[in-house]
Amino acid sequence: MLEIRGLTAEIDGKPILNGIDLVVPTGEVHAIMGPNGSGKSTLSYVLAGRDGYQVTGGEVRLDGVDLLALAPEERASAGLFLAFQYPVELPGVGNANFLRTALNATRRARGESELDAVQFLKLARAALRDLAMADDMLKRNVNVGFSGGEKKRNEVLQMAILKPKFAILDETDSGLDIDALKIVANGVNALRRPEFSALVITHYQRLLDYIVPDRVHVLAGGRILRSGGPELARALEESGYAGLGLEALGESVS
Amino acid sequence: MSARIEPRDPIEAATEGNYKWGFETAIEMEIAPKGLSEDTIRLISAKKDEPEWLLAWRLKAFAAWRETCEPEWAKIKHPPIDYQDLHYYAAPKRKPGPKSLAEVDPELLATYEKLGIPLRERAILAGVEGAEEATPVAIDAVFDSVSVATTFRETLAKAGVIFCPISEAVREHPELVRRYLGSVVPAGDNFFAALNSAVFTDGSFVFVPKGVRCPMELSTYFRINARNTGQFERTLIIAEEGAYVSYLEGCTAPQRDENQLHAAVVELVALDDATIKYSTVQNWYPGDAEGRGGIYNFVTKRGACRGARSKISWTQVETGSAITWKYPSCILQGEESVGEFYSVALTNHHQQADTGTKMIHLGANTKSTIISKGISAGRSNNTYRGLVRMMPRAHGARNFTQCDSLLIGDRCGAHTIPYIESRNPSARVEHEATTSKIADDQLFYCRSRGLSQEDAVNLIVNGFCKDVLKELPMEFAVEAQKLLAVSLEGSVG
Ligand SMILES: Nc1ncnc2c1ncn2[C@@H]1O[C@H](COP(=O)(O)OP(=O)(O)O)[C@@H](O)[C@H]1O
Ligand SMILES: [Mg+2]
Repeated sequence: MLEIRGLTAEIDGKPILNGIDLVVPTGEVHAIMGPNGSGKSTLSYVLAGRDGYQVTGGEVRLDGVDLLALAPEERASAGLFLAFQYPVELPGVGNANFLRTALNATRRARGESELDAVQFLKLARAALRDLAMADDMLKRNVNVGFSGGEKKRNEVLQMAILKPKFAILDETDSGLDIDALKIVANGVNALRRPEFSALVITHYQRLLDYIVPDRVHVLAGGRILRSGGPELARALEESGYAGLGLEALGESVS
Repeated sequence: MSARIEPRDPIEAATEGNYKWGFETAIEMEIAPKGLSEDTIRLISAKKDEPEWLLAWRLKAFAAWRETCEPEWAKIKHPPIDYQDLHYYAAPKRKPGPKSLAEVDPELLATYEKLGIPLRERAILAGVEGAEEATPVAIDAVFDSVSVATTFRETLAKAGVIFCPISEAVREHPELVRRYLGSVVPAGDNFFAALNSAVFTDGSFVFVPKGVRCPMELSTYFRINARNTGQFERTLIIAEEGAYVSYLEGCTAPQRDENQLHAAVVELVALDDATIKYSTVQNWYPGDAEGRGGIYNFVTKRGACRGARSKISWTQVETGSAITWKYPSCILQGEESVGEFYSVALTNHHQQADTGTKMIHLGANTKSTIISKGISAGRSNNTYRGLVRMMPRAHGARNFTQCDSLLIGDRCGAHTIPYIESRNPSARVEHEATTSKIADDQLFYCRSRGLSQEDAVNLIVNGFCKDVLKELPMEFAVEAQKLLAVSLEGSVG
């Protein structure tokens, strides 16, 4: 279970998150929607522990563990995964090598045995098959020369291999065609089980047709303004933030 | 192009790194008195039982050395070196020709162990019978000034390959040594080469005859051990028509507070259709985090592609030394000959590296490739200095140069100084250069996947160096990767 209570955070002294309260019970998938600049990515970075995102108050617990006290890599070993809105390029670093290093680092941290190249390859190929991705994804350098869609799919591949217990997907669906969107959705749905939970950040209802969320939250101005069931996402899609009486929240989704 | 980063990077270059090869070997040494004079040179020559012509050559080099000054153009700083305050000859005392493990000084064997020379190869170095069968690498080990043992001599001899200490080559193959020694790097070539020519005490000699592909990798480990001793090894490699050889050298030294001088000369000669691949993993003691101690590495390495379609390829991974002054070069004389230079130079703490290459295109349709990766951390300074010269007859010659610098932290410097001279309008020179930093978002991305900060830096640095590391023979590439990791320890925090 992820529990966020009274979380406030700033960047360069500028308050961005202004008191977030959010609980995602184990086994549930929640969606976060909200206008551009409302703090969705900031929230995901704060949860993952990025430098420069200063937490000024509140607490975050993942299954009772104080996440904010951990380094980013410790959060990863604790089972947290962030699919980046803008995945980062690592020139010269092969995707397979990167993934194996990451997987073994988290396994080591959890006291599990490391996988050798052969074992890893088997696991990675299976993940590729499940996601209908080509094997050459593993040979390429991490995100270098990837199209926007390939980058997003690579995030999903990493998630499938690292098998987190809590995943945050930050606009992983943006800019994807419908086929790619289904791949992303499949990636999340394949992980769905009683001990897995996720926070799916999106602008679009259509993703939520494939990943049906247990709850939908509207984030604006660094706060959760509205929470509801899947019908809230549909209402947003139809009438926009203004239609829900949220017009005072800055720019809306285009 | 030159870059200096203003201090506002959140990555602080700080604490102590670790030099794991910094041990000293307590071994009985025979050491000449300090100082450099004609008498010193006569003593060295006499110790080595050298022929008259070689003594004369040394004395000529000494005369040239006295006429020249230390070069001042490199971007390095160091207190003046007192050349009279050094020993020019130090040799482990031993009985001639150890034939069994028991005869080899156990301290020396322990040293090989610490150097990471595999057990089997240690046994071979020690001359243990039957140990040679399964290993694909022949090794020569140079300890201070003297070559201690060369392995696989017989297997190589069957193929017609000569691989032995150069002092022995002087005795056994004087005609070859006389023909080629100084033919690429003349005795008075530059200050440090002249010094080396005057006082060199050992090094490796390789001769691969016409049409022979050397059946194994040849490898030399250089080790400076004695205090206040300069190391001046000399390596000469000749590949005759159609021959192929791959040669590797590795270097370490004990950890000491004072600086030690290393001034080597390497000469390569490739005749028609011959290929020489020369790989170095240089890990001389770099000094401590405050910049105390470390090796001054002033090295002249040059290859002559004399024959048509010959090829010389230099690959170097330089992580050690307080000062590195080194420009492995190719003289592309034969038509369609090829020169390559692949380099990773990593500096941390107070290290200074001024390194690069020279590609001198003389022949038509000659081709050269330069891939240089400089990594600076701590307060170090890392300069790439490279010359590409297209001479009037180099019709259709081509060069491609790629120089990339990676900065870790905000107190280091990276500098790229390319010299391009073209006297042939049909020759083409391409130069690309980039300077980058390890970006915060790259580090965070890796860490969010579970990698520690250090592992993340290593991964990114290895990725940055990949184009060079892939040129190294497999087992050397692995060693080089580990070395990069160790050399970066404490560079981020
Ligand atoms: N690195 C940064 N430096 C300064 N301001 C930032 C930075 N990142 C985000 N912000 C600001 O924080 C606010 C929230 O941004 P973000 O979390 O990216 O929103 P969203 O993901 O909801 O579009 C915006 O006003 C944005 O300008
Ligand atoms: Mg965002």
